[in-house]
Amino acid sequence: MAFQGLEISVTPVARPDGPPPPLSGANLRRGLEASARLATRYGLLLGFLGVWQVASTAGWLNPSVFPPLDRIVTTLAEGILSGALLDDIAISLQRAGIAFAASVAVGVPLGLAMGQMPVVERALDPILQLFRQTSALALYPVFILLLGLGETSKVFVIFWASLFPILLATIGGVKQVDGKLLEMARSFGAGRLTLFGRVILPAAVPAIFVGLRLSGTTALLLLIAAEMIGANKGLGFQVMNAQFNFRTDLMFAAIFLLAFIGLALNAALVAAQARFCRWSEPR
Amino acid sequence: MAPTAPPSSPSGTDLPRTLAASRGEVSVRDLYKSFTLNRAALAVLRGLNLSVAGGESLAIVGPSGCGKTTLLRVLAGLETPDRGSVLIDGRPVVGVGTERAIIYQEPRLLPWANVLANVAFGLEVRGTPRARARERARHYLRLVGLEAFETALPRQLSGGMAQRVGIARALTVQPEILLLDEPLAALDAMTKLTVQEELARIWAEEKVTMILVTHDLEEAIYLADRVLVLSRETELPPRLLDVPLPRPRDRNAPEFVALRRDLMRSFGLH
Ligand SMILES: Nc1ncnc2c1ncn2[C@@H]1O[C@H](COP(=O)(O)OP(=O)(O)OP(=O)(O)O)[C@@H](O)[C@H]1O
Ligand SMILES: [Mg+2]
Repeated sequence: MAFQGLEISVTPVARPDGPPPPLSGANLRRGLEASARLATRYGLLLGFLGVWQVASTAGWLNPSVFPPLDRIVTTLAEGILSGALLDDIAISLQRAGIAFAASVAVGVPLGLAMGQMPVVERALDPILQLFRQTSALALYPVFILLLGLGETSKVFVIFWASLFPILLATIGGVKQVDGKLLEMARSFGAGRLTLFGRVILPAAVPAIFVGLRLSGTTALLLLIAAEMIGANKGLGFQVMNAQFNFRTDLMFAAIFLLAFIGLALNAALVAAQARFCRWSEPR
Repeated sequence: MAPTAPPSSPSGTDLPRTLAASRGEVSVRDLYKSFTLNRAALAVLRGLNLSVAGGESLAIVGPSGCGKTTLLRVLAGLETPDRGSVLIDGRPVVGVGTERAIIYQEPRLLPWANVLANVAFGLEVRGTPRARARERARHYLRLVGLEAFETALPRQLSGGMAQRVGIARALTVQPEILLLDEPLAALDAMTKLTVQEELARIWAEEKVTMILVTHDLEEAIYLADRVLVLSRETELPPRLLDVPLPRPRDRNAPEFVALRRDLMRSFGLH
């Protein structure tokens, strides 16, 4: 079969010859699109805060339970500038930070080892499941008996609770490494160490990040609970104490601070995840 | 399925060829391999004998489940035979070895590493310094026409490109023997033809022994010096078919078409 003699004619597509539309128009449209995106993302939140402010100042909400936002912000600024809240922030960050770091330092290496040793994993799994299902807060009194009422028991209960998400995620990450990739690496002569460093560890990184985020959330959750139960400093204590003294502005200031710390931690982890796990995003 | 003997088929399968190259010589002696499937023993390889000369290109064809992959995995050292031995350049095979490289049906690229790092992987695993490994990887990346994609991630490649990266990775370790298990089966018809031509060129340039499992008879005749036909039936011994065609081969030459017809007939197809 030959294509000679076959004529294909293509009618040129009519193209407007006029000058491109004025730039300002395009810019305006792009600006509008961006603000529309912002509005859909933060509109509800702003609306919520606005309703709060108006309802509180107009007296539709009991202002002694829901103080107006401007008062909360003022209290927050004063507390930080005078240094009164800084101590609480510092001690809370220290407790959660040490516990979170310890859970990562224990959970990631342990998970990497357990994920590669099916026998150990099988032997330990029932215990892990039992521990995981037992609320860390239920064990807090036990930790207090063992470690006293001081910092150690608080840090330990946070560590305990945030250990399991990172540990289980890491084990899962190692176990789901593609066996075909392992075989490929082995066929090139990779030994155990190379296999671990060049295949198993990189493959487990996305799962480890999921674990990090879960553990971070858990650490903050447990921090607040532990500080509410038995502390005389810290943001969790301030929430409880302010409520007790009917300083609801201070209470909300502490709550907002906690929310902000949680958001900042999550944003940092998401940014790191985007940096290290670009390859695993669905395309 | 009527087992008609292919015309130019020799009686035995043990037929050493007198080719110049002596490295990359494979000889299979009385190879047995069976699996237990549903508590029953399944004899897949039953006393196979085979000699492949250094630098030869051998294709292995046969119906699904006849043991092509099994044979290739035994040759690769990924599977241990029940009985018999595989010798490479006269030395018995124990496990994987640096003189062999495998190209799989899937590209099996590391998804987190870019194309260049993937191609250099085999060398780096073997302890070649990174700079030198990557330099050699660049050379083979050029050979498969992907030098512009060095920094791309595997997920940014098409199926055919990814498979060519896998081919470059195997070539980079400069093996004596290339083992290929249906490497082009997942590619579309057009890409397949292109990569077949590339493989033929690379085989000639690199002077490697090539053992290629395929279910594409045309591919077998296009690339191989000889075609090993395996069968599932216990009573049918493996057969060897010579492909005495000049290279580069023309798929439309009458001799090519005739060979292909013979091979198809031997499978009971028309
Ligand atoms: N690890 C295994 N365990 C049990 N049986 C196996 C195993 N590997 C292969 N087999 C069996 O051995 C037989 C041959 O398998 P093999 O993969 O070698 O076939 P094949 O010729 O490559 O087929 P295909 O063309 O479909 O790839 C099959 O019946 C298969 O079920
Ligand atoms: Mg197969």
